[in-house]
Amino acid sequence: MAVVFEKTKMLTDVPFHYCPGCTHGIAHRLLAEAIEELGKEDEAIGVAPVGCAVFAYNYFNCDMMEAAHGRAPAVATGIKRVHPDKLVFTYQGDGDLASIGTAEIIHAAARGEKITTIFINNAIYGMTGGQMAPTTLEGQVTTTSPYGRKKEHCGLPIKMSEIIATLDGAAYVERVSMHDVPNIIKAKNAIKKALQYQIAGKGFSFIELLSTCPTNWGMTPADALEWLKDNMIPYYPLGVKKEVEL
Amino acid sequence: MAKKLMKGSEAIGEAAIQAGCRYFFGYPITPQNEIPEYMSRRLPQEGGCFLQAESEVAAINMVYGAAGSGARVMTSSSSPGISLKQEGISYIACAEIPCVIVNMMRVGPGLGGIQPAQGDYFQATKGGGHGDYHLVVLAPSTVQEAANMVMEGFDIADTYRIPVMVLGDGMIGQIMEPVEFVPPKKREVPPKTWAATGWSDKSRPRAILNSLYIEPEEMKVVMDRLLERYELIKKNETRVEEFMTEDAEYIIAAYGTTARIAKSAITKARAQGIKVGLIRPITVWPFPYEAYSKAADRVKGFLDIELSTGQMVEDVRLAVAGKKPVEFYGKLGGFVPSADEILEQIKKMAEVK
Amino acid sequence: MAKLTINEDACKGCSLCTRVCPKHILELNREKLNAKGYHPIHCINMDECIGCASCARMCPDVVFTVER
Repeated sequence: MAVVFEKTKMLTDVPFHYCPGCTHGIAHRLLAEAIEELGKEDEAIGVAPVGCAVFAYNYFNCDMMEAAHGRAPAVATGIKRVHPDKLVFTYQGDGDLASIGTAEIIHAAARGEKITTIFINNAIYGMTGGQMAPTTLEGQVTTTSPYGRKKEHCGLPIKMSEIIATLDGAAYVERVSMHDVPNIIKAKNAIKKALQYQIAGKGFSFIELLSTCPTNWGMTPADALEWLKDNMIPYYPLGVKKEVEL
Repeated sequence: MAKKLMKGSEAIGEAAIQAGCRYFFGYPITPQNEIPEYMSRRLPQEGGCFLQAESEVAAINMVYGAAGSGARVMTSSSSPGISLKQEGISYIACAEIPCVIVNMMRVGPGLGGIQPAQGDYFQATKGGGHGDYHLVVLAPSTVQEAANMVMEGFDIADTYRIPVMVLGDGMIGQIMEPVEFVPPKKREVPPKTWAATGWSDKSRPRAILNSLYIEPEEMKVVMDRLLERYELIKKNETRVEEFMTEDAEYIIAAYGTTARIAKSAITKARAQGIKVGLIRPITVWPFPYEAYSKAADRVKGFLDIELSTGQMVEDVRLAVAGKKPVEFYGKLGGFVPSADEILEQIKKMAEVK
Repeated sequence: MAKLTINEDACKGCSLCTRVCPKHILELNREKLNAKGYHPIHCINMDECIGCASCARMCPDVVFTVER
């Protein structure tokens, strides 16, 4: 018998602290496997965000820096400018990237910074206990939108992939989902492709992963995946948003 | 190397390059734009990288990334911009990453004005950002000293894994003086085995540069280490200049631009028979408390002069500990006192009619 | 012929694997609590496992090793 699946060496032995059924763990695995498959284990330098993935430095088995809330793309810029030959990534959630860190992500993309950003969109602030995010859907109830998000009050959710795709510096932008196995396989391919764009020096690459937060959505992990499919995908359409020639 | 006539800000830029700094991240703000402008010209010639960030917030975080991955890195700004950098500075201090930050102070609070001031003393020496940390803060009073401080600042930063601030004011940045770039006294600077450079060398532990410690036991280890380092820095790096203090009956306390004007006033006062001297902190953190407390035993009184409403004077009073009166004269609004104006204050203190 | 190895102590009992297993041979083990205090997943009929690794791909905690 041959091993057809085992935990990648790009993940440490530290068990994830994430809640049961949280898709962060899947996203970590996909990124780690992609780095390993590209043979870049010893050249990867990652930047962790503030939010649920703040402890990402404990999980990715490479050199890591932990950034202030939203600032990961600036930190990654500093690293990449010193080490242009290394594989530099940021891993950020929606509060981090689409709210407090909008300036940093937009300008890193606009500069065509040769880094890869993994963006976890679960439509809520997880770590702080389920507050409204810039990506929270219209009508969605959170602890700071107890009557549901209202357009007249705080507008509609931000579509980051579409925004990033308008910037010349962005080389590869794709939105994927983790709600079932075929989509998880697609997500992995997207992440790998994004890293290949970085390795080829083509510019900024960005993968948005639609994710769940069963705890703060108040659902079972399985129901959360269904909710993602039925509610998030219609508003956040999957697919490649920008692709220059590789 | 021959002396060269240079503007303070440009001398600071060149000094950084001479010290091996090849990365600069900044954002325009008056009165320090000549530093990023100089770096944008010079760094590409040296194979380095100048990058104009989208904000001071981004700039300091680029410093965090670049310095965290092992490079000598500098950023510069002026008061309102330094406020924006404080979050990043706090993270850098906790993650124990060496870098050099230049603040060419302008008058404030708020957007304030663009004239010289010393209103950021508290911010620079007492923390500035959130939490419990210090920077080494060097306060130049000439262009030459600013250049020396930048060059040695990188060594100090690397030796102690601490961010170093060069605290100048609009005046130091804008004046032109002859300057030469002399390497500082050689130090044993430890190799940066902690830097995040990619984990190809498995003989070192995986690099994690972080400022998050959820477990109190872990946070305490970091804070104990910082405290120990601060004590070591106080012991090794406290620097002070005494000018005509041997026989002085009165002592002026001043730093930076104010101190050099005070020297002219002291010379004038001496000509009129008033025995006055100057104690000038060269490091405002660590503050040279001992120099003032020793002087307190032999002089009649102190006069603290600042371009502020009275900030360093609190440290002088701590050092003097009530033993002698400590008067204060603050020049506000972005004005700089003349030597004659300081002379008048000296006379008032010495009760000379 | 396939073999599933489960790192029971890493399992949080989220059951996402049970949803994607084509053979419906994964269940929470109600008889057992792991180190984290969860009922861990277990395979109730290893003979039926086809080694497709769907469980492993869905698992957020990377508890499965699959051989075929």
